[in-house]
Amino acid sequence: MDTHQVELAVFTLFFLLVTVVGFLASRWRRGDLDLLDEWGLGGRSFGTLITWFLVGGDLYTAYTVIAVPALVFGAGSVGFFALAYTSLVYPLGFLILPRLWAVSRKHGYVTAADFVRGRYGSHWLALAVAFTGILATMPYIALQLVGMNVVLAQMGLKGDWPLLVAFLILALYTYSSGLRAPALIALVKDAMIYIMVGAVVVLIPYKLGGYAHIFAAAGPLLAAKHPPAALVLPKSGYSAYASLALGSALALFMYPHSVTAILAAKSGDAIRRNQVLLPAYSVLLGLIALMGLMALVAGLHPATANMAIPMLIEWALPPWFAGFCFAAIAIGALVPAAIMSIAAANLFTRSFYRAYMRKDATARQESQVAKLASLVVKLGALPFIIFLPQQYAINLQLFGGAWILQTFPAIVFGLWQRRFHHIALLIGWIAGMAASTGMEMSLHMKGSTYALHLFGGTYPAYAGCYALTLNLAITILLTLVLDAARVKRLGDATSEEDYEDRVTTQAGGGVEAVAAEF
Amino acid sequence: MMPAKKKSRGLRVRDLLLLIPYVALLFPGLYARHDPVLWGFPFFYWYQFGWVIGGALLTGVVFLLRRSERTTR
Repeated sequence: MDTHQVELAVFTLFFLLVTVVGFLASRWRRGDLDLLDEWGLGGRSFGTLITWFLVGGDLYTAYTVIAVPALVFGAGSVGFFALAYTSLVYPLGFLILPRLWAVSRKHGYVTAADFVRGRYGSHWLALAVAFTGILATMPYIALQLVGMNVVLAQMGLKGDWPLLVAFLILALYTYSSGLRAPALIALVKDAMIYIMVGAVVVLIPYKLGGYAHIFAAAGPLLAAKHPPAALVLPKSGYSAYASLALGSALALFMYPHSVTAILAAKSGDAIRRNQVLLPAYSVLLGLIALMGLMALVAGLHPATANMAIPMLIEWALPPWFAGFCFAAIAIGALVPAAIMSIAAANLFTRSFYRAYMRKDATARQESQVAKLASLVVKLGALPFIIFLPQQYAINLQLFGGAWILQTFPAIVFGLWQRRFHHIALLIGWIAGMAASTGMEMSLHMKGSTYALHLFGGTYPAYAGCYALTLNLAITILLTLVLDAARVKRLGDATSEEDYEDRVTTQAGGGVEAVAAEF
Repeated sequence: MMPAKKKSRGLRVRDLLLLIPYVALLFPGLYARHDPVLWGFPFFYWYQFGWVIGGALLTGVVFLLRRSERTTR
């Protein structure tokens, strides 16, 4: 057998194994899958460990293993903003997520849009949040497709059909077992990714002469690129670097799929513990990012930067192990794609179907619609692959991020206070969405760092951050204006205690409750 | 049993610890340097790896502080 045949054989074996696990998942902790809470949130029953795998499987995706190292391969130090971003995201999650979880449990919210509806009483604002969530998820799913595509292409499978098969399998098992499928597969996937990374970060540097040599050799190679890149971030890159890290961190937990994984937890403390434990994945992310430099030093010339990592793996590892790694990457793209489509489907069901199309929908109808919507959302990802330039796959995630960031004011500030007027939030959102889309278009969808010209200076930064600043400024100003004009505010379905999760732990009783978490 | 009904907005002084990673990482001027090199890693790289662990430790400290407040009350 030649290299590609061995790779394909091992790849197929692991892929099938995971598929079987996915189908068995519907029998796991059997619940009534015809209820949206069950199909879409796994019955809100996941403890610390499962949540860790689920959120981890959710956040560390083709973004981590393909897109970030590709950016490091092509642009050097700039790509490392992803590591800073993952260090910033958990302290923030520690503060906001338990509150979102507590209020959602109390009121039966399945999505962030449900929460906004309850908090501000405005169905228009909820609609805006839901729409943004679904829209922003599509390019993120597209990124996962790109990740699978480059792996399949590296094994010599050209064309579109392998991708089609992979997505058919994904669609089918998502449809039949809901969130349980990705949660269980996440266990397998994470084990595989850990094995892959553990081996790769030792074997490849060994082959290349050690980390010191990789860094030393990467410097001149990066400088020779067009446009030139650098091993250490140059001063001109500071503002873009910091804003990309900050914007990505603020955006992450606004995504419907992150909210879904968090709301599926069974306690606030399960979520808090996870914010302490999840950085273990960030170390992996940083090490995988360095593979971009390794590909450079290995002297590889992939057709696009996105191919750098599959090419490096094939170059450095025996075919059977390369096949294993490719399976890990492909499954690592499937799991989040499944969670993302489920989350977007939850949003559609609650915020469009039940709010506008069928107000008296039964739980069974809701679940049916969500299952169908999850299929439609996957299809919605395709145009982003077909019509956008694919120099760096990471841009797909950054587009989505710039959009989803515009829901930050309504969701996060709403968890502590409701000083903002709902109409001000809505108009701020419109301005933010228009601004971020406009900036991306002016960049011809090729990048997400917009150079703002202001008072004679030029300030390059993440378009999403500029748009969020505009959004917030408008929200604050208009709130003052609307309140001064006494424009009517709507009712708040929540109360202050709903945001605290202390009550459940008191009722559950100390140590046993904590032990039961694990 | 006395219901512990303490009104709070859910943010306390201890939560300020969670801001430290933001200060440490959002000013690249602090760490965009090549030296000192550690195990072959330029400062720019190992500093950021260090903050992954630093951030987790700080979050862990806040978690424990929060829990001890809860049990002593």
